[in-house]
Amino acid sequence: MKILVCISNVPDTTTKVKFIDDSRKLDSTGIQWVINPWDELSLTRALELKDDPANGIPTVAVAHVGFVGAEPTIRKALAIGADEAFRVNAEPVDAFFVAAQLAEVIRANPFDIIMCGIESSDYNGSSVGGMLAEFLGIPSVSSVSSIQIENGKTVINREIDGGKEILTVPSPFVAIVQKGIAKEPRIAAMRGIMMARTKPIKTMEPAAIEAITEVIQFEMPKPRAVCKFADPENPKELIDLLQNEAKII
Amino acid sequence: MSVLVYTENWDGKFKKLSFELVSYATKLAEMLNTQSIALSVGDVENSELEKLGKYGAHKIISMTGKNLNVLDNQLYSEMISETAKKEGATVLVLSNNNSGKAIAPRLSVRLKAGIGASVTKLPVSVEPFIVYKKVFSGNAFARILIKSEIRILTLAQNSFELDEADNHASIVKVERTIADGQARTQILEVQKQTGKILLTDAEIVVSGGRGMKSPDNWGPILEMASLLGAATACSRPVSDEGWRPHEEHTGQTGKIISPNLYFAIGISGATQHLAGVSSSKFIVAINSDKDAPIFEAANYGIVGDASKILPKLVEAIKEIKGK
Repeated sequence: MKILVCISNVPDTTTKVKFIDDSRKLDSTGIQWVINPWDELSLTRALELKDDPANGIPTVAVAHVGFVGAEPTIRKALAIGADEAFRVNAEPVDAFFVAAQLAEVIRANPFDIIMCGIESSDYNGSSVGGMLAEFLGIPSVSSVSSIQIENGKTVINREIDGGKEILTVPSPFVAIVQKGIAKEPRIAAMRGIMMARTKPIKTMEPAAIEAITEVIQFEMPKPRAVCKFADPENPKELIDLLQNEAKII
Repeated sequence: MSVLVYTENWDGKFKKLSFELVSYATKLAEMLNTQSIALSVGDVENSELEKLGKYGAHKIISMTGKNLNVLDNQLYSEMISETAKKEGATVLVLSNNNSGKAIAPRLSVRLKAGIGASVTKLPVSVEPFIVYKKVFSGNAFARILIKSEIRILTLAQNSFELDEADNHASIVKVERTIADGQARTQILEVQKQTGKILLTDAEIVVSGGRGMKSPDNWGPILEMASLLGAATACSRPVSDEGWRPHEEHTGQTGKIISPNLYFAIGISGATQHLAGVSSSKFIVAINSDKDAPIFEAANYGIVGDASKILPKLVEAIKEIKGK
């Protein structure tokens, strides 16, 4: 079984974002780019599955839609342990466009398990994984918090409101992954970083797909009201404020 | 033309989020000079279906049949897109919960419909169709133009006011058969917690962080939650340490919630934590560090040691609750 992890290149999650061009574009000055946190956890889980020879996983690959500027992030995925990478040389304009491009990659290079993070920390769209599965006409399972291979069968935990379902789906399928899938993201070791330099990144040109959504303007959040402090010796003050001023309890 | 809203049910019952969705779809339909149609899949009694009408649905389609109880993303998106086409829907509304996130993207490809994900407000305009949504995990917002003829919106939970508008809805029953073995998703086991208020449904959430110092100190948090009818939550280090279950982790990579009131106790308020809770209507922070970033996000705060403050707080709550 071959696993593909789709990765998005996002600003480090502690970034204070700023915008330029009349708030139409992200100001990338000084931004540290990283693998989207959920994708990084997916990759970690994929590599854990590969580590166990009983699972019979020869390859874990990563795929990304983006320009050459994203290669340090792809190299990082290779340094963590992915064997090879695919990069579609195009601006990731919207989720529909990205999913359609990834579908082309997979049509040309079949995989059994395709993993996507449940959202990206930049546009928070939660869309690419499901769209990709629909483009390929294969099953998708969302809110996946655990994935195991038992006797060649994939066993998945899917989070539902107030609990979870343990289920199985036939391959190939897309697993849309959330928290719990792996404990901590795997960190690249020096040996991995050295090896990553020679691992292949296959670049492909994009298929002719039109995006169907477009960001027209960014806005900064409005500052919250100044915090009103209650006396630590008399926490009842706080309850009074919540009851009589905020009228919330 | 119509606005189609998919209303999930839980063992035959709807919950507040279903009514938020119908209220939202109805308001949106007014903007488009059309009507909202609710789609329910699975066995739901008429008396329960009628509730959807109280929030403005003009027609309620109740789809029932064999094997509809398993959420198979492919089959569900097939059923919903069929209905959308039949009803001439130009906008589809789903929740941004687990099942909405699972189905909406597949519908997007089936119907070639752009998604406005996790919206909290009605569109800025419908001609052109522009939605307003959170981006960069709450560190910014964006106006997004949806260019396709059909649009899909997923609504963030607890973000839209219920609006009663009885439209004397008609209930239309549709029979849908799923043959045995047709669903690719095969459920092996279901594990459910019962009797607990779900974090994503809760209007009040009491959350503890590393400042609580030990899992043994959670007593007052649980007591506060039970007095207030609240759900309990925690920060990432707390769930990573195993002090509290993972389901309670709120934050960027955990659950993203928008309760009316969020108590952050012993939580410093790192960007990643705030990403999960910043859309709460009110935030109350209790922290011993007066410079903790949580106070920048909070509406009300107390600077001090949680272990000393919480017992007094519990007493004060008991007083107002008359216990």
